Amino acid sequence: MEKRENVISLLVHNKPDVLARVAGTLGGKGYNIESLCVDATANPEISKIILTTIGTKATIQKIEAQLERLIDVIRVENLTDVETVKRELALIRMNLTADNKNELIRTVNRLNCKILTFNSDHCVLEFRGTKAEVDRVLETLKPLGLDDIARTGIAALERKN
Amino acid sequence: MKMKGTQILLECLKAEGVDVMFGYPGGSVIDIYDELHRNPAVRHILVRHEQAAVHAADGYARATGKVGVALATSGPGATNTVTGIATANMDSIPIVVFTGQVPTHLIGNDAFQECDITGITRPCTKHNYLVRNPDELASTIREAFHIARSGRPGPVLVDLPKNVIAAEVDYDPARIRINATKLSLPSKPSPKKYVQLLEMLRASRRPLLMTGGGILLGKATDELRSFARRAKLPVTSTLMGLGAFPGSDPLFLGMPGMHGTYFANMAISHCDLLICIGARFDDRVTGKIDTFAPNAQIIHIDVDPSSINKNIVVDLPIVSDARGALENINRLLKDNNYTATDAERKDWLDEIAGWKKKAPLSYCQDAQHIKPQCVVETLHELTKGKAIITTEVGQNQMWAAQFYRYDDPNTFISSGGLGTMGYGFPAAMGVKLAFPDRIVVDIAGDGSIQMNIQEMATCMQYGIPVKIVLLNNGYLGMVRQWQELFYEKRYSNTDMTFQPDFVKVAEAYGWQALRATRPDEIKAVLEQGLFTDRPCLMDFQVAREECVYPMVRPGASISEMTLGTREMTN
Repeated sequence: MEKRENVISLLVHNKPDVLARVAGTLGGKGYNIESLCVDATANPEISKIILTTIGTKATIQKIEAQLERLIDVIRVENLTDVETVKRELALIRMNLTADNKNELIRTVNRLNCKILTFNSDHCVLEFRGTKAEVDRVLETLKPLGLDDIARTGIAALERKN
Repeated sequence: MKMKGTQILLECLKAEGVDVMFGYPGGSVIDIYDELHRNPAVRHILVRHEQAAVHAADGYARATGKVGVALATSGPGATNTVTGIATANMDSIPIVVFTGQVPTHLIGNDAFQECDITGITRPCTKHNYLVRNPDELASTIREAFHIARSGRPGPVLVDLPKNVIAAEVDYDPARIRINATKLSLPSKPSPKKYVQLLEMLRASRRPLLMTGGGILLGKATDELRSFARRAKLPVTSTLMGLGAFPGSDPLFLGMPGMHGTYFANMAISHCDLLICIGARFDDRVTGKIDTFAPNAQIIHIDVDPSSINKNIVVDLPIVSDARGALENINRLLKDNNYTATDAERKDWLDEIAGWKKKAPLSYCQDAQHIKPQCVVETLHELTKGKAIITTEVGQNQMWAAQFYRYDDPNTFISSGGLGTMGYGFPAAMGVKLAFPDRIVVDIAGDGSIQMNIQEMATCMQYGIPVKIVLLNNGYLGMVRQWQELFYEKRYSNTDMTFQPDFVKVAEAYGWQALRATRPDEIKAVLEQGLFTDRPCLMDFQVAREECVYPMVRPGASISEMTLGTREMTN
């Protein structure tokens, strides 16, 4: 069966060890979490965890069933094939030299990156988009002095019918 | 009303109907013991090792269907409970384990006897708690018991920091609220599923029931018996489910799997419909997955959705507790006037009878050496099948499963999933305390018994007259068997060259102790040892290199079995 990336959204109680339970459930059974995005919902007692993991349909169903068993997990939803908005944010630090400065500024404008700080020797950029768009931007910036990145992981929200 | 945390703990235990708990004191739980001294609301059994406390609570739970309770101190006391907790977790046994913890302000400081027991037990409990706020103590305990016994049962650990149980807070049992989002049973399956089951049953020429521990946990024994008899279904039961369907019923085929009967494995390999209730297709049962029940449509009924389609992809999944499902099925059969006729089942049952005749469970008698199977058979005969049997793990466990016929539920008590050596003896203590009038026998090996032999003292202190039938072959027998069969007899570290004199050990603890070295002594020793009101160890010096048969090689198909010297395939 074909492996693919799945986006799973969990509603959980906002308690100290819940993330460990979720991560342990996947890790203990040998599944890797590719990305993870967590914060409280509008109700501060409930958090939303959005994680992505790669697996076959059968594997993903097992993961979902295991997550459902956790007492602190309120709801498990697979958003992979659901109509959703999926976005990721990346912070990107670039090294600046006299050689690359002008080209970098042109590229940053073309890519719709936001410049957050700009110093003599480095700058920090922000980019928001789908995972594929973030990947593409990073690929483009790589030869222009990419120093370090921080990605939030995918956040996803269903569209309302 | 203002109450100390320790008092609240005992009040909550009373409210949950706990009449006995097993534990071991220490610095972090000394206040609980002080409270117990003042207010012996719950009987406390002082064990000699915390692992035994958890196994005893687990044995008590399996025998009674109630929640078992254990208590240990922080640090090493808590870590010693882990094997017991993992044992209960694998077999879905409802227990609540309380552990002491250092005061909340010291947590994370590497304080004396501090350990992160909720972290350690996260993957082997159904759920666990660290109670940080004394106001949440009562609701946490109530929630813990509820979680332990609801749905697919399991162990719950509650970690109690010393200052939390020392605090005085308001306690009003009428006002305890538990968080109920996840505490209800799964929604009932659609009635259409049962109609589909009946259609599949009607279309089947070779149907087979496979049952597991879920029947016992779901208290569905009566419903299972009436379903199997009405539909004239042959029944095979996993190790965990033995006793749910009577071992002496002609429809019963014994265990499937690695050490299952030839006829149970043949029935699985030739059936066209397999109805599995409360079992989880463990690898010891299925053998090679690809060739398991190759001709069958499979219906799987289980209370835990994550068990379904986990190891075997099934044709009709039904998420339900065993009793709920069987009640629905029985009602449907009645409403549809369905009863299988003798003619309808004749060919299939005749075929199974042929397999039974071809290769019944058997062993070779020997005039010189005691055969362990013969000890178990004689034990069955003398107790008329009415004893409650616990086992250790290994050959002793398999012979106990094969050669003692279990006609009643909750009379075979064994660590199936985790396979914990040292389980049977402390579990027997828990069983005996629940059923003081029953004969309770731990069928043990000489390796396993030494893993919790210290509990002999506990039995004397509290007058718990359990019996130990020791099948003593001086080997770690099951591993030795694998070495014989699959490692060209390289007996690496399985020959226990030195063993203590078990009779003297038992006598030193004040036990009655007997020994048999010849086959003609088996009966006399059992007769002398079983019916006294003292704990008794009976040391049977058995044939050293006896193997458990039939056997399916690890990774092989269950249709390929070794029956002692003969290979059988079909």
